[in-house]
Amino acid sequence: MSAAAVPVPAVLDIAGTPGIPFGRLFGVELRKSVDTRAGRWLIGITIAAVLVAETIFLIVSAVKNLDSSYGDFVAGAAFVSSFLLPILGIMLVSSEWSQRTAMTTFTLEPRRMRVVMAKMLAGVAMTAFVIAFALVIGLLGNLLFAAIQGQSPAWTFGWTGFTGFLVTQTFAMVGGFALACLLLNTPAAIVVYVVYKYVLPGLIALGSLMTWFSHLAPWIDFQAAQNELYDMPLTSAQWWHLVVSGLIWLALPLLIGLWRIRRAEVK
Amino acid sequence: MIKVEGLTRAYGSFIAVDDITFECKPGTVTGFLGPNGAGKTTTMRVMVGLTPPTHGDVTIGGLHYKDIPNPGRHVGVLLDASAQHAGRTGREVLEIGARTMGLPGTRVDEMLDLVSLDARESTRRVRNYSLGMRQRLGIAHALLGEPTVLILDEPANGLDPAGIRWMRGLLQGYADQGGTVFLSSHLLHEVEQIADEMILIGNGRIVARGTRDELLRDATGGVSTTLVTALDNHQLAEALTDKGIVVHPAGEGLRVTAEPVDVGRVAAERQIVLTDLRAGHEGGLEDLFLELTAETQRDVLPNEVTANEVTASEATASEVRA
Amino acid sequence: MSATTAPATLDVSHTPTVPFGRLVAVELRKLADTRAGRWLLIAIAGLTLLVLIIQLSVVLGQDLHPKYIDFLQGMNTPMGILLPVLGVLTVTSEWSQRTAMVTFTLEPSRVRVIAAKFVSILLISVAALVIGVLLGALANALYGALSGHTVVWGNPAKFAFYYLLLYIFGMATGFAFGALFLNSPAGIVIYFVYSFVLPTIFGIAAALMTWFESLQPWIDFNNDQGGLIDATITGKDWAQLAVSGIIWLVVPMAIGIWRIRRAEVK
Repeated sequence: MSAAAVPVPAVLDIAGTPGIPFGRLFGVELRKSVDTRAGRWLIGITIAAVLVAETIFLIVSAVKNLDSSYGDFVAGAAFVSSFLLPILGIMLVSSEWSQRTAMTTFTLEPRRMRVVMAKMLAGVAMTAFVIAFALVIGLLGNLLFAAIQGQSPAWTFGWTGFTGFLVTQTFAMVGGFALACLLLNTPAAIVVYVVYKYVLPGLIALGSLMTWFSHLAPWIDFQAAQNELYDMPLTSAQWWHLVVSGLIWLALPLLIGLWRIRRAEVK
Repeated sequence: MIKVEGLTRAYGSFIAVDDITFECKPGTVTGFLGPNGAGKTTTMRVMVGLTPPTHGDVTIGGLHYKDIPNPGRHVGVLLDASAQHAGRTGREVLEIGARTMGLPGTRVDEMLDLVSLDARESTRRVRNYSLGMRQRLGIAHALLGEPTVLILDEPANGLDPAGIRWMRGLLQGYADQGGTVFLSSHLLHEVEQIADEMILIGNGRIVARGTRDELLRDATGGVSTTLVTALDNHQLAEALTDKGIVVHPAGEGLRVTAEPVDVGRVAAERQIVLTDLRAGHEGGLEDLFLELTAETQRDVLPNEVTANEVTASEATASEVRA
Repeated sequence: MSATTAPATLDVSHTPTVPFGRLVAVELRKLADTRAGRWLLIAIAGLTLLVLIIQLSVVLGQDLHPKYIDFLQGMNTPMGILLPVLGVLTVTSEWSQRTAMVTFTLEPSRVRVIAAKFVSILLISVAALVIGVLLGALANALYGALSGHTVVWGNPAKFAFYYLLLYIFGMATGFAFGALFLNSPAGIVIYFVYSFVLPTIFGIAAALMTWFESLQPWIDFNNDQGGLIDATITGKDWAQLAVSGIIWLVVPMAIGIWRIRRAEVK
């Protein structure tokens, strides 16, 4: 049949093919996050929600003659995006499993950790985009508000507020990302995330009625610890609360999740 | 090129693949045959690192899959054509692959062209693809990086007859240029025409291997058979029996324990008009396949009909299809 | 094929249509026979129990004076969040797992299937109520026994009715959102936006604008259900609950069912 063909050595010549550079993986992951209808809708809804929230806030501020400053406008945007960014983080990971594209992804790049890191970086890039968008829209809102009020705009926001905004939004996205790595299932990750965000604070508040628990609470309440970031500088105790609770809610699920992805049989 | 050594994969107490060893040489097509659930897919998944082996080792060109840099440029893989994001277009699926491998965008058009997905089809979402279209897309994806090794799980699945013929030519050409092709199938006739070597697997174990002729020799025990149909079968049977040749009725014709040339000679001597004369290999191979994998076969063959009869008619059917 | 000539029509006289009860039984089974469904049910039970235990230890430790309804309220938090998810998944899993193709070929009357699904979540609501009411009673009795305080029961029959409505509203709203989007993540996310993000926005808007404050009760289904949770609902509240319920429950449900009826099942 084909025995006449030139004998080919039974080894692969890999001299001409360097490994896939990380930048390329990152670019591909970024593309994958917006090339489906689901991905585009999520980004679209986030942007639309930020716009709507800002517009409502602007109208209300103007009508009610509120004392709104730049920080308030950005906070309005942050309220909306902090809900949707974790969903973005979740979808980045779990859609590979629910759509079974992980099979293709991991045959093209078997070093799975590099893929996951590229995904995480894509998530961070998109978070940065949302943050930048929120800052610009907040800026416009504040300028418009000042123009309507006929006074010079108030820029009370400052560096500390900015840091808090940046860090909490990134944490929110990474938190969703970590849960998705852990559960590898979109609905489950979303539900657990919502329980974490909305049920847990109530439980912690309830438990804090007991003195022994109220001492423990700051060390496990990651959301409360993050809120302190808006009021920089933090005391060293506050820093430690942030680190410890962050280890529990961010680092631990992420590590277990990465370990799971590394070993998982991809079906 | 592909080397599987003592590979075992167990799921709890269930052993999907049981200590198998084989090799695929460059410039050849290796067929991996077995009934549903024999362990074909698991073996292929271990090859590309999606499933960790319980024991044993697989190397491709001397390397573990995970150590091949940019593996898409060396190994083309198609495991499950349905495992694509339903919300992406066919073109986008290839685009992502091309970008990951660092290929120019023109490669995507070449591949779409190669597998005959036209511009309109390529911009539809995979959700709306038929099984055959998904299969074509999967083949295009496997060929994207101009790999020298192809690992294809049931590549003919869902393809129309023209598509199956096209794919045979494609894989044959690939091997002729020195490529290594490893493909699985549960249909013998799909593989036997292109595979230089066949590996039969059942219940996770290799039950037979070799070239088509080697397998046939084993199957028939060195005795050749011929399938023949004459205008007057009765007359032919008598003539053959006179010569001491064993004859059995099979389907519309006869199964004869002799070389086709001997049968033809007898027919010529007696001036019997033949309508069909061919070597009875297909039946032999099919028999062997069914027999070797009988333990894992899901369906019990009816006892009343002899296996020969069944396979003879199936062989005719496959002939027609081919 | 065979030599005997069979009539070219189907003889359907011996196969009555699939009875509705059987459809409901099958749908109920589908809720629990996958890992996702089972985990959700386990999560609901586990979280509810956890909340109750925390609540009980807090009231005992702090010497508080809870009433029966306080325990029901505590349990409503996890139930109120997770039961609607079950409602969403009841519909959407057929689409994401593509089982709708099988389901709708076995019973081509899609509305009957949807109705069977809906009845199955109603039954789950009743089961959740029974479990909730009993657990709450157990907690309240335990509290009485361990603290030595007199136990306040209030009007358990009324509470049971209100909480049944709550669970049904929650699951049915999830169900409606699921039918509307036919996609699990979208259905769940939009449901949570509706139940967690929207109330805050409504609250802020109402606090700032008086005209909205008077409008809010008529359009805020979440808020209106508060009257059921603390059992303070009265005449006008019922009307508001009905109106907001039409907006957030009936309308999405109607559109969703219309969509399922017409959708091409892939």
